[in-house]
Amino acid sequence: MMRRLILFFPLLVFFGLGIFLWRGLQLDPTELPSALIGKPMPAFQLSSLYDENQTLTENDLRGTPALLNVWATWCPTCKQEHDQLNKIAREEGVTIYGINYKDDRAKANDWLQRYQDPYARNIFDPKGTLGLDLGVYGAPETYVLDKDGIIRYRHVGEVNEKVWQQLREVMQQLDGGAS
Amino acid sequence: MISGLSNRALARKARCLLLMLAFWLPLTAQAAIDAFEFRDDATRERFADLTAELRCPKCQNQNIADSNSPIASDLRHEIYRMLQDGATDDEIVDFMVARYGEFVLYRPRLDNQTLLLWYGPFGLLLIGAIVVLVLTRKRRDAGDDPAHPEHHLSEAEQRRLDQLLKQDEK
Repeated sequence: MMRRLILFFPLLVFFGLGIFLWRGLQLDPTELPSALIGKPMPAFQLSSLYDENQTLTENDLRGTPALLNVWATWCPTCKQEHDQLNKIAREEGVTIYGINYKDDRAKANDWLQRYQDPYARNIFDPKGTLGLDLGVYGAPETYVLDKDGIIRYRHVGEVNEKVWQQLREVMQQLDGGAS
Repeated sequence: MISGLSNRALARKARCLLLMLAFWLPLTAQAAIDAFEFRDDATRERFADLTAELRCPKCQNQNIADSNSPIASDLRHEIYRMLQDGATDDEIVDFMVARYGEFVLYRPRLDNQTLLLWYGPFGLLLIGAIVVLVLTRKRRDAGDDPAHPEHHLSEAEQRRLDQLLKQDEK
């Protein structure tokens, strides 16, 4: 009897491996976890997109849970998600900070005038130095910051309605944890 | 008029030129990709090693030496800057891992999470060896040794075999 059962062992191994590999097919290999989850926003000192004489630092992003969106005018997906960001900022009253990544100041300001501006603050990062410290590897990227400026979540790619639901859930959990 | 001798001399010259061209062409190709000036050859080699070892976060099946993506170019410049500033290889790798995660390492570090990855294959080999060993032991103990098939004949069978062999000799 025991010997009979042992004959089924390879079949079990096959199914185990099959389930493991099949699960692997569902994962998106381009979605990398951020190395900075749970860490504070990296220190920076960059000018505001709106006013080159105004300097912003990581302290300017504290105070309330917020989204931090990495964008640029040369990035087509940023254009796609822009309406969604406008909606989140206006209808849901969420604070969104922007990092204008490797872009041109005049072009970026034009862009915001034409398509509306959802950003409470916009950091001008023409050389991508802050992007490098954040581990940005392609715009758009969207981070969730808690009220102390700690990075809680990162999404790479377009923010659409479905992604926004995820981001909102993360933000609601932050609120729950705070009170 | 061209004599046979000068023809041969011409051919030799052409071959020489071709050879020179063959050595010279790859140099220009290299120069087009890399515009970095290094302090010395050791630094140049470290740069080549580091960019080959680190993976491009955007185009995931290329290292940052091969990739044309803007982020890979940024990282090459960053590595170059750190090398010029006298950073050690470990410092540069730590810098990259702190920003882009363990993902950027083509050779994952040995820690609790990657223990299975590094030693798993040896473990499997060991299990395989044990299974083979146990199976052969069992067979030999059961007298089921394929090298000596006559061992599992019963006494009557053996007698019959001998009889048949003898008949053949007649």
